[in-house]
Amino acid sequence: MRENQPRATETLERSLDSTLESVDKAEEIVVGMAQRAGFDEDDLMKIGMAVRESMVNAVVHGNRYSDRKKVRFSVAHSPGELRVTIADEGEGFDFEHLPDPLAPENLMATSGRGIFLIRSFMDEFQMKHLDPGGTEVTLVKFVVSK
Amino acid sequence: MSVKLNTRQVGDVSVMDVAGRITLGEGSSAMRDALREMVSKSQKKILLNLADVSYIDSSGIGELVSGFTTVANSGGQLKLLNLNKRVKDLLQITKLYTVFDVHEDEAAAIRSFAA
Repeated sequence: MRENQPRATETLERSLDSTLESVDKAEEIVVGMAQRAGFDEDDLMKIGMAVRESMVNAVVHGNRYSDRKKVRFSVAHSPGELRVTIADEGEGFDFEHLPDPLAPENLMATSGRGIFLIRSFMDEFQMKHLDPGGTEVTLVKFVVSK
Repeated sequence: MSVKLNTRQVGDVSVMDVAGRITLGEGSSAMRDALREMVSKSQKKILLNLADVSYIDSSGIGELVSGFTTVANSGGQLKLLNLNKRVKDLLQITKLYTVFDVHEDEAAAIRSFAA
């Protein structure tokens, strides 16, 4: 992770309900900001999908659709990068020992690909246990001059 | 509805035209239910036409895999037709592209089903 984060030119923070509508909303917000930041169509697809997968994890697995739990969502565009943070209020999980979806024994599993896709699509991805509970993820995509 | 499904018969092959978003929720569950119904009716040759799929997430990928397994376990075959770049890239990244029999031409796909 870059220690000295550049000053944000556009930021947005929201506390979202634990619903699939929030997943759509977060994706829409981030793709809009990414578009304004100059990312190309291919990167917009990747960023949108990574945000969607992260939000689904927060809403479905973290907060279990609870109407008492929120998803804390923030996105910031700084010169050179787009940074998204998503945090749930769930019980947390062991993300250090996730099964490999590409392993032969897991290839035909009907789930378990979300985090793998996020890592594939973003330049940086970090997960953190929150105290007293929950998980926070940070996704970063660097703006590359083409 | 986020996904539209249209099923037609071409000989003994059931072609399901899928349009829209196959994402967690309405989209993926609609496709799952439609495939299960086809299997329950003993349809053994199923071709999913994904030409008009605008978006698919990991849940949608999971339903494709689930459908493939369900059809195979019932003694049938499920194949894919007209993958756009997004779907193709996702299947390649997840190493599923070689699991499915993927076609770009419907007539050829129909012919490829075992007798």
